Amino acid sequence: MAKITYIEHDGTEHVVDVKPGMSVMEGAIKNNIPGIDADCGGACACATCHVYVDEAWRGKTGTPSAMEESMLDFAENVEPNSRLSCQIKVSDELDGLTVRMPESQH
Amino acid sequence: MSEAEPSVVVLGAGHAGGSAAAFLRQYGFAGPIVLVGEEGVAPYQRPPLSKAWLKGEAGEDELMLKDESWYAENGCRLLLGVTGDSIDRAGKTVRLSNGETVPYDFLILATGARARKLPIPGADLNGVLELRTTVDAEALKAALGPGKRLAVIGGGYVGLEAAASARKLGSEVVILEREARCLARVACEPLSTFFQDYHRKHGVEFELAAGVEAFEGEGGHITGVRLTGGRVIPCDAALVGVGAMPNDEIAREAGLPCENGIVVDLEARTADPAIFAIGDVTWRPLPLYDRPFRLESVPNALEQAKQAASAIAGRPQPNPEVPWFWSDQYDLKLQIAGLPFDADSIVVRGDPDGAKFAIFHLKGDLVQAVEAVNAPPEFMMGKQLIAARRPIARDRLADPTVSMKEVAA
Repeated sequence: MAKITYIEHDGTEHVVDVKPGMSVMEGAIKNNIPGIDADCGGACACATCHVYVDEAWRGKTGTPSAMEESMLDFAENVEPNSRLSCQIKVSDELDGLTVRMPESQH
Repeated sequence: MSEAEPSVVVLGAGHAGGSAAAFLRQYGFAGPIVLVGEEGVAPYQRPPLSKAWLKGEAGEDELMLKDESWYAENGCRLLLGVTGDSIDRAGKTVRLSNGETVPYDFLILATGARARKLPIPGADLNGVLELRTTVDAEALKAALGPGKRLAVIGGGYVGLEAAASARKLGSEVVILEREARCLARVACEPLSTFFQDYHRKHGVEFELAAGVEAFEGEGGHITGVRLTGGRVIPCDAALVGVGAMPNDEIAREAGLPCENGIVVDLEARTADPAIFAIGDVTWRPLPLYDRPFRLESVPNALEQAKQAASAIAGRPQPNPEVPWFWSDQYDLKLQIAGLPFDADSIVVRGDPDGAKFAIFHLKGDLVQAVEAVNAPPEFMMGKQLIAARRPIARDRLADPTVSMKEVAA
């Protein structure tokens, strides 16, 4: 299990254990954490699971694919550390990861 | 003791019903929730049943919206294998198929839609399949593989996605379509042509303008589909994907106004202020298009689940969304935003031969809808243009060397 901290836009923190193999998005949905919508269920089709990855973790979460970059390019409030959380696979390596949510996914 | 919290009963435990329960808890609603589902499983995602799940790329766990333990841990009584029989609106109770009568302060109808059946001989043969549930999907998966032949009746999105997945699994596939082209009811001609060509390249056969007269069988199992005119298309299984009908009977019997689905407002409320309806079963307003419509999509289910949960929990309503859809076939990602109502012209941007293009449906110089194939910028910006009702310059839109950001500027 990897411990992941999700921080809502208003600062509310949720710390949950996520099974390796699941995506960071699935970890939020299964634990009913507000702020990640994931309309498409992880098909990289909607950009409604946008998160900001804590600086310290940007290396370990990898780089976005061309498809993901292209989607992010048109999402709102994008920052250099923006990712689509459905495209980040959870592994033991990511134990301790912190992600923050934008104000809105739509 | 403080005043008792109101109670919510959700009839239907699909994507809409399951999400409504989850949003109620996210929004701080603390009363009891009863979630009633006809199927024997907790709420799950249906889209992967014709795509990733069918191809074996996603497991059972990944389909589930929540772990089954979530419901009990969150004060949500999950009744599976149970349906609603009738609603007593005056007494605010629902009678269930298990004999229980459950009281509610708020009722959410999320009964979904069912696959339309073909009323033709042989429809009850083994191997005549539909695709709505995990049980349907298991039966379809068992009928696929090398040396097997699948006839898909109906060239809509479900049929095309299943065809692509079946090819991946090594099946032979023939698509039988009543109209002269696939996707005839939902897409424009250039998109239909593109998908037909792409499927043909991947070995799918098409029988277009083909009326289906009967399923033929031997020993109770399907052996072929007989077309009008008598020709028989041999197959080991047939998937019928000819549309869906709303499960709105319980609402009609309770006297709630229905059209093609249960009539709701922008808060997903029916004519009865204590009763909401969400998802595939609703006939809902589309503010951007100034008309009501029935949408069959996950984004719609989620949007209306949020509307109903917000109204019940006393939160401000979420902003209205642009309807959107997606489909995965082979290496194609199709993303559609908006609906092409009242469009008077189309603009094709990009190169269909390169499998990277978008078709914009315009009403004057306003974008009504966009169908984007492997073209996320066109989808994302198109969706924003539809919401903003901002006029665009058609010649710039048609020129792929002008970026979408510049088109929208």
